[in-house]
Amino acid sequence: MQNTLVEQNSPPVDLKPRMSLAWVGKAFLIALSLLIVYLLGTNLAKNPSLFANIILSGLQMGFVYAMIALGYTMVYGIVKLINFAHGDVFMVGAFVSYYLVYRFNFQNWPALFFPDMPPMVVVVIGTISVIIIAMIVCVLLATTIERVAYKPLRNAPRIAALITAIGVSFFLEFFGALNFVFSPRFIPYTRPFEVVAWYIDGSGIHSIVAGTQPPANAITFSNIFLIIMIVSILVQIFLQFLVKQTKMGIAMRAVSYDKPTARLMGINVDQVISFTFAIGAAFAGLGGVLYAIAYSSINTQMGILPGLKAFVAAVLGGIGSIPGAFVGALIMGQAEALTMGFISTPMRDAVAFAILIIVLLVRPTGIFGEPENEKA
Amino acid sequence: MMTPVNPSTPVLEVTGLAKIFGGLRAVSDFNMTIQKGELVGLIGPNGAGKTTAFNMITGLYFPTHGEIKFEGTSVVGLQPHEITRMGIGRTFQNIRLFSNLSVLDNVRIAYHFHSGYSLTDGILRNANYSKNERELTEKTQDFLSIFHLNKFEGEIAKNLPYGQQRRLEIARALACNPHLLLLDEPAAGMNPKEITELMDLIHFIREKFDLTILLIEHQMRLVMDICEKITVLDFGEVIARGTPVEIQNNPKVVEAYLGKGAANVA
Amino acid sequence: MELGFLIGSVVKIGAILAYLYGLLWVLGHKKLWVKIVGVVAAFAIVQLAFTITIGDSTILNEFDSGLVFQAASMTMIALGLNLIYGFNGQFSLGQWGFYGIGAYTAADITFRWINGDSRGLLVVGIGSILGAVMILGIQKWLSRLRGVPVLSAFTFYLFGSVLVGAVAVVIGNALNPAISPLLGSAYEPGPLSQGIWLQIVYFLAIIFAGVFAGEVSFLFGLPVLSLGSDYFGIATLGFTIIVNTLMLNSDTILPFPEMKGGRGMIGIPKLTTWFWAFFFMLMVIIIMRNVIHSSTGRTILAVREDETAAKAMGIDLASTKLLTFVIGSFFAGIGGGVYAHYIGFLSPGTFDFLAGFNPLIIVVFGGLGSMTGTIAASFGWIFFLEGLLRVLLGQMGPDAPTWRFVLYPIVLLLLMLIRPQGLLGTVEWGFLKAPFVRPRENQHTASDVVEG
Repeated sequence: MQNTLVEQNSPPVDLKPRMSLAWVGKAFLIALSLLIVYLLGTNLAKNPSLFANIILSGLQMGFVYAMIALGYTMVYGIVKLINFAHGDVFMVGAFVSYYLVYRFNFQNWPALFFPDMPPMVVVVIGTISVIIIAMIVCVLLATTIERVAYKPLRNAPRIAALITAIGVSFFLEFFGALNFVFSPRFIPYTRPFEVVAWYIDGSGIHSIVAGTQPPANAITFSNIFLIIMIVSILVQIFLQFLVKQTKMGIAMRAVSYDKPTARLMGINVDQVISFTFAIGAAFAGLGGVLYAIAYSSINTQMGILPGLKAFVAAVLGGIGSIPGAFVGALIMGQAEALTMGFISTPMRDAVAFAILIIVLLVRPTGIFGEPENEKA
Repeated sequence: MMTPVNPSTPVLEVTGLAKIFGGLRAVSDFNMTIQKGELVGLIGPNGAGKTTAFNMITGLYFPTHGEIKFEGTSVVGLQPHEITRMGIGRTFQNIRLFSNLSVLDNVRIAYHFHSGYSLTDGILRNANYSKNERELTEKTQDFLSIFHLNKFEGEIAKNLPYGQQRRLEIARALACNPHLLLLDEPAAGMNPKEITELMDLIHFIREKFDLTILLIEHQMRLVMDICEKITVLDFGEVIARGTPVEIQNNPKVVEAYLGKGAANVA
Repeated sequence: MELGFLIGSVVKIGAILAYLYGLLWVLGHKKLWVKIVGVVAAFAIVQLAFTITIGDSTILNEFDSGLVFQAASMTMIALGLNLIYGFNGQFSLGQWGFYGIGAYTAADITFRWINGDSRGLLVVGIGSILGAVMILGIQKWLSRLRGVPVLSAFTFYLFGSVLVGAVAVVIGNALNPAISPLLGSAYEPGPLSQGIWLQIVYFLAIIFAGVFAGEVSFLFGLPVLSLGSDYFGIATLGFTIIVNTLMLNSDTILPFPEMKGGRGMIGIPKLTTWFWAFFFMLMVIIIMRNVIHSSTGRTILAVREDETAAKAMGIDLASTKLLTFVIGSFFAGIGGGVYAHYIGFLSPGTFDFLAGFNPLIIVVFGGLGSMTGTIAASFGWIFFLEGLLRVLLGQMGPDAPTWRFVLYPIVLLLLMLIRPQGLLGTVEWGFLKAPFVRPRENQHTASDVVEG
């Protein structure tokens, strides 16, 4: 009751550390960010259209990362586990779609039953059904992993669960690399539909005719970019709705705050955890198919680095926060594309992890995360 | 860095201490002065901020406001290990032993900062290491036998009976050679016989090690029996202080524990 | 034939472990003459094993010693990781990166040396010594101040390192013309690049590689060790990936054309012998044992057991973690140096982060907090999985070697489910045990106030 009155009573004691050297670290960070801004600025001035193209390719990557990062952030938010196998679920999604498209030509199934259907509609329905099947396979895989490997370890130390996750991830990669499964090679991916690209220059939007080069100052983009962008944003909106509006979403939030209490409130905690894994896996599968369509080469180890970068994106945005994962993923995509464009291609992985380390140092809770209350 | 302590300087002087977690005021305007040799109790209902106050004194939490002076020196902003080395030892509400290590090692760890040899001596296993390590071990064994723990010395700490674990935790805190000992609910989970033993133990260590003791406790029998002065916290604020008899008759305290209305009955 | 090979290999690994264990026992013996006789006998045994023939081959052959060298370097890396993770509780995936740093650093020193360039040794040597002085100096200065944020401390160390590096390069360049004429070239070795001098340079190269790896780990560990354990794991994984990326671009981004980037560094002198492999391995084992069983070692364990209680016992959490991390990385660096001079060829593919899980698996398998378990698991791992299974499965078909990688994770999963503390738990044998403490009965039963 009198809590608010206390402030005036207590003597104003200066609690600043006596020899504050905090400015040194801050100055260092400011100098670093000024350097980055300077580098970006000069490159922008030098060649604006190249810069814009790089930004677009970064956006495309960022939207794919966003779909993977959502799974990481939700699973971490609920069971505090870095689900290493998530990147491999992404890989499995890509491979399922590869087999459906390449072996069975599955994207043409509507044409078999409805020969009169216009080809455009056939492709759209066919591709969507390929994606849905890939998502279902991923969901089954992820829930199986959760049951078999993670559930028995729910009360074990967190590191035991993390090592298990690493083990599962390895198993999927190397089992997939066996010759009778997926084989260890890089496989060219057959797209279920044709790529159409456009370019924008001073005179408007033009489509690029196959075999020709767009003019030097044009900004190019493709239908795949548009699809990835739209799908990723839709996924984001859907998840926001799921978490904020539905009963399941409320249960998820309750479980992430306090598992024992949630259980006492009559929430089936195991079911909620399985559901979280399933949702994450579905979107990882979706991301896997779109990634494969966009970059048209797949391999059993393709999921590792995108998976890790998506995790970094989730940490950057504030782990446990869905909009955070989205924003973090877009930033990661930009950082990667800009590094590839202006520094060197191989350094992109290094930059991703440098970002992680800096974020953890400066603001460990990420952009959208709330500072944690310490409690011993 | 420590100047000789003037006997009139209070061992602990806390002024205007406050801690705010997010919007929650765990402790506000907490004042307390403890003179050398006193045995002071800190009581209050659950969630009153007693442990938070302890954590601020020992440096685990950084206070939002206020000043903490230990033997005349401010300890605010110091790391917990620096505060321990200045002479504040503590135990924890839920026993925090090094549970997979032996009883002997638990106490030897507490002796670390006056072990007398460096890591280099340890790596080279030179004469300095052998001498000091032997002395350290013997000192620890003597120390354990004071607490009647010597027969358990090779035992893994988590395998000890509950009462012995409490005893070991107190022994370990004392091995840091504190001038001020903070006990956080030492009697939690003990039966009446064990509480009697604990009270004897507290009296004994106080004499033997020339200690000043501040303890948090819910067991009123223990607090009323052994404390000379008692401070009562409720909702983060001091609502009463005085001798056990004064506290027992203070209507505000009764109200805090039993709710409004009960004061009139009492 | 395969059965015979199998039995032979099992016998061999058992014999080598027994040999190693015997050597440790001899070195731990109190009497000096036992030590001397034992060490001489140990080297005589190895020489005999290489000369006595049974059937159509010697008891030990080149293939076996290759495996022993690999196992020795793996032991050092895994012991370092066990110190960091098993004993101190910091889940690190960065060990492989420090291993790579050690390998490349040591290889670069000797490679340049035999090619008539002394700057490798001079710059790394001066740099690592000055770096250590700089780190200790700044640490002492900062410890007098109150409440210096980690980021600021990191900035000081970073600029200090850059300064030290620049000074080392300047001094190295200045001294090089005086030394390099004595080195000759790869075809005509000069007086300093052969014989005993080359052995000394090899020894220094490996020690400096370890120190350098330790200093890098200090700079890296300072900011990231304050994170929680699984964030720390990911940050160190990132470190391994960054190191690997730098290796792939060592000739473009980094100014080391002799490392040849992704094509791999060739022409490293193969200087690792049975003596050196065992020398460095024993050094690491003994240092590790002595650290663990010292007072500082007990604080390392205390941090693993309970960080809050450790703080309340006066233990400086940050510096204990950092110390452990640095020692562990030092071991990894030494292991890398030994490996580089055994294989003679370094490729960034070896230091891929996926392979970096191997030491983790070894440590978990052998037992978190058990040196005995780690040593046995390292040897067992190399002999069974790298040696035996590669040979046996290689005969079974082209797909078969890949099956190894399917088996590892299954074993790891089963282990985590059934026995998460590893096969040996925290058990130690003989030499590696803590010094015996004689119980003391009698005295001080005085106070009848306190009852037991």
